[in-house]
Amino acid sequence: MTTQTERPKPVIRLGDRVFARSTLIAGSLILVALAAVAIFLIVEAIPALGADTTELKGSPSNFWTYVGPLAFGTVWAAFLALLIAVPLAVGIALFISHYAPRRLAQGLAYVIDLLAAVPSVVFGLWGIKVLAPAVQPVYAWLTDNLGWIPIFSGPVSGTGRTILTVAIVLAVMILPIITAMAREVFLQTPKLHEEAALALGATRWEMVKMAVLPFGRSGLVSASILGLGRALGETMAVAMVLSPSTVISFVLLQSENPNTIASNIALNFPEAHGTGVNVLIATGLILFVITFAVNFIARAIVARRKEFSGAN
Amino acid sequence: MEVPVKFSSVARVSVVAAITALALTSCAANEGSPSASGSASDSPAASNLSGELVGVGASSQGTAQTTWGAGFQTANEKVTVNYDPSGSGAGRKSFIAGGAAFAGSDSALSDEELAGSFGTCKADTKAIDIPVYISPIAVIFNVDGVKDLNLDAATLAGIFSGKITQWNAPEIVALNKDAKLPDAKINAVHRSDASGTTKNFADYLNQNAPDVWTEKPADDFPYTGGEGAQGTSGVVDAVTNGTNMIGYADASRAGKLGVVKVKVGDKFVGYSADAAAAVVAESPLVEGRGANDLAIKLDRKTTDASHYPIVLVSYAIACETYKDPAQGTLTKAYLEYITSEAGQKAAAEKAGNAPLSADLSKKVATAVGSIK
Repeated sequence: MTTQTERPKPVIRLGDRVFARSTLIAGSLILVALAAVAIFLIVEAIPALGADTTELKGSPSNFWTYVGPLAFGTVWAAFLALLIAVPLAVGIALFISHYAPRRLAQGLAYVIDLLAAVPSVVFGLWGIKVLAPAVQPVYAWLTDNLGWIPIFSGPVSGTGRTILTVAIVLAVMILPIITAMAREVFLQTPKLHEEAALALGATRWEMVKMAVLPFGRSGLVSASILGLGRALGETMAVAMVLSPSTVISFVLLQSENPNTIASNIALNFPEAHGTGVNVLIATGLILFVITFAVNFIARAIVARRKEFSGAN
Repeated sequence: MEVPVKFSSVARVSVVAAITALALTSCAANEGSPSASGSASDSPAASNLSGELVGVGASSQGTAQTTWGAGFQTANEKVTVNYDPSGSGAGRKSFIAGGAAFAGSDSALSDEELAGSFGTCKADTKAIDIPVYISPIAVIFNVDGVKDLNLDAATLAGIFSGKITQWNAPEIVALNKDAKLPDAKINAVHRSDASGTTKNFADYLNQNAPDVWTEKPADDFPYTGGEGAQGTSGVVDAVTNGTNMIGYADASRAGKLGVVKVKVGDKFVGYSADAAAAVVAESPLVEGRGANDLAIKLDRKTTDASHYPIVLVSYAIACETYKDPAQGTLTKAYLEYITSEAGQKAAAEKAGNAPLSADLSKKVATAVGSIK
């Protein structure tokens, strides 16, 4: 006891206190904001559940048949985007971190980061004006020659504004996020691991396969989830590019595509009134739930992989 | 290494500070401007008008209202006109609740709405519908080798509802004997967002071809088939860039695209501002309304070849007598301006609508003149 009382009191400076407090406030602010959004969504969504939905597009019998195709479209478009973006992002990140000469790598990294600064409405315009007309002949060829594969079945869209085009636009939009994170993770690979692999006679590809990728796996999953989050919530580009319909369909090249929740809100909110507004907000709540679920699943994956990742 | 790191963190902090400062000042600027509403002068002379006039309603009128607001404010420097294009339904709702001096709406007040009370108006007085914005809707197409295309309502309904799928379908060939119609799929484009254009187009199809177009007209496109595009520009873009396309859009945006001639009576009529204004002027008014309520029962089934029946009529909904006389004076002056020849011409230049015809202008002037 005596030794403890004799000890000098730890000095707590004013700066320490102010800083601790401000971080606490910043931390709680995010929770408050999240709670505020969640409460708003739930309160506004409740009237929609029993609402008369016959006024809505496609005259659905109830709210769930209305939101079903939208929820499907949201997840489907984001999944396709991820399918395109992740392999590309891994390739670019590996090139920058392990293959490219230093100067080129830096330049390339800047260019990729620049992509993230392009507003989504510009991607939307690019999708309509450049991408859709450019890919339409390819789509036509695909339906003519590979139409026997169900997802490529016709009739082909005359404008190319299909869910595949949307997925490509989304992939370009999420590419910088995934690439930037993947690059950082790959650069963190312990030099000793890499050198050990090379010393054992591994080629560069084998070194990447044995040392870099296992180390970066959980980081890569987190990166993909961040990208997925943006793809799920992307509004403007989808609203502009997609030719939407009220269907659940896996087909990639037709005019009738499932719409996404965010894009559907953007398209219908300006003229919505009465319970129509509540229904749209309720679909927003569903999007909120989907995003949450995706994040939880991703966290679970990251947590489970941690012990095998070689990061320890 | 330490110095650059410190520097960059300082730079970051200062950037954040700058952004915060910007955000704060812009907030302050907004809050600083005092609301001038309700301070309208009683004097009837136009130049003495002052105050704020709030309108809420249809986005179809958006461009025209912006033009009118600018024109009116130039003539009356102390007046601020704010038009919020948040939709017809929202406009009628906030007008009824008393949140707006007038509403812009693609449809006239319903009987139920008229039976209720109006927050902006003097107790026990009603509101009136005044047509202020007429816009023909063109059916545009882009098909290789086809310059002219004649269609009737039943065929149009078949195309847009997905029942006619090929350009060389017998129904289309029968109406276009000379055209070289390709053996290709029809790509019909509709609005993917809720829109008065869709509602009016659907109303035309539903009235003229009820067997084919069975869905009742609404802001949303009712069928699942076909291609959807956002906004008028989205539709025009899709038709322009696609192959074998057809779509409908505000006529002012048709540009160089082919425009379908629609069968009226036994002739095929292309859109024109005059033909659109004519069908509105010569259609009967909705029965059982007050003398100054100019709700129009559009004669979509007209057989007069000087008419073009696919037209959107948008109203300004105002009070007969305002609760606040100052607001009445201001609204009256504004509506007088927008329905005047100068006002209609100004809007036509910007928004490409069809100006009110002389006939209708007289009725409108009487109606607006009655506002107190």
